[in-house]
Amino acid sequence: MGLAKRIIPCLDVNAGRVVKGVNFVNLRDAGDPVEIARRYDEQGADELTFLDITASSDDRDLILPIIEAVAAQVFIPLTVGGGVRAVEDVRRLLHAGADKVSINTAAITNPQLVKDAAERFGSQCIVVAIDAKQGVWGASPRWEIHTHGGRKATGLDAVDWARRMESMGAGEILLTSMDRDGARTGFDLNLTRAIVDAVNIPVIASGGVGNLQHLADGVKLGGADAVLAASIFHFGEYTVGEAKRFMRDQGIEVRL
Amino acid sequence: MTDIAIIDYGMGNLLSVAKAFEQVAPTARVTVTADASVIRAAARVVFPGVGAMADCMRELDRRGLTGAVRTAVASRPFLGICLGMQALFEHSEEGDCAGLGILPGRVRLFPGQAMFDAEGNKLKVPHIGWNGVRHTREHPLWTGIGEDERFYFVHGYYCDPAEARLVAGTARYPFEFACAVVRDNLFAVQFHPEKSAAPGLRLLANFVTWKV
Repeated sequence: MGLAKRIIPCLDVNAGRVVKGVNFVNLRDAGDPVEIARRYDEQGADELTFLDITASSDDRDLILPIIEAVAAQVFIPLTVGGGVRAVEDVRRLLHAGADKVSINTAAITNPQLVKDAAERFGSQCIVVAIDAKQGVWGASPRWEIHTHGGRKATGLDAVDWARRMESMGAGEILLTSMDRDGARTGFDLNLTRAIVDAVNIPVIASGGVGNLQHLADGVKLGGADAVLAASIFHFGEYTVGEAKRFMRDQGIEVRL
Repeated sequence: MTDIAIIDYGMGNLLSVAKAFEQVAPTARVTVTADASVIRAAARVVFPGVGAMADCMRELDRRGLTGAVRTAVASRPFLGICLGMQALFEHSEEGDCAGLGILPGRVRLFPGQAMFDAEGNKLKVPHIGWNGVRHTREHPLWTGIGEDERFYFVHGYYCDPAEARLVAGTARYPFEFACAVVRDNLFAVQFHPEKSAAPGLRLLANFVTWKV
């Protein structure tokens, strides 16, 4: 028996409610975070990720009571991201019950934050989120990092950036294809494979899951250590248990 | 008097540990505390922790808790979790720093560049996720927990006890390493029982009823 591949339902949080965007616009309300978290725990979710998608503009403290409430009732790992800008933000989220904290925009504006947070709390709880879009930069496919929910291009190459973040102390990469997010056509497997091959830390594939085969492909073809999805679980199309049995039947080691 | 004292030295997610104990022992008085006298008076002591070893040692020292940890280890049911397991050993490669030296052995970094699974895929460091735990000896804390039950791990360093008789459980990544150690009234685990769903809660419940 070895380490299981993880299935991670993602809860995008906006002002205390779970939502899921289609290409990060047209937000749809999906329900109460604690209720959803408990349902996923019962289904066998390996971990939960909360992303505060409006944290840049709204009061990001709104997520703290949500994390506290979930952590008090659901005993699986919780990752929280969105609006993390300082070591103090990381500390408060960990203190509220988060096990890992995901840093996105601030890692780009202030890479030293990743190093400082990893040195203070350990690499194992520092996730760097990378939102990438494919672009034409010469002959081979390249992916450019975007921030602000995909609206702002940075000029940074996702593969180079992943390596740099690993060297700064990131313990995990949460990789989202902005081209696929909400499109339900599957992960960008070329992007996933490129990042997985570039780094030695775990990679969570995200963005584009529309069916269970997409999850299995993320692991088998993309090489991801974990797969993250939102809408296929939120609206009851599939349970996490169904997803795990599907993956097991394709020869993937999962926790059942 | 406190039934279960959870040592607060500013390292990581103590809320989850406290809530998990409240879940499995609703009538117990569970206290998260940085007060050495409360720890000394508690019936059971939990030493959790996430983060870097050097900070752990410095914070314990700064808060005057090192003595209380030693007293608890010597006298009552004591549960170390994650960094709280690693800190019990003599030395850690993380920051090349000394631990409490309560247990003989060292804490080592997984050799990330040289680790592959049976199919030749590279294994990542940190070791993050759910891995099976093999019981290397019978123990009251394993009651009701099956062989190879999965628990949640999140760590880049692992404990390498100097004495095989300390080992209570192992996990494989890709080599077998000690993920649970025991000595008298002390039990310590590398994984996070408070984050390991039903099997984790069972281990915590076993700790609450453990008669040393």
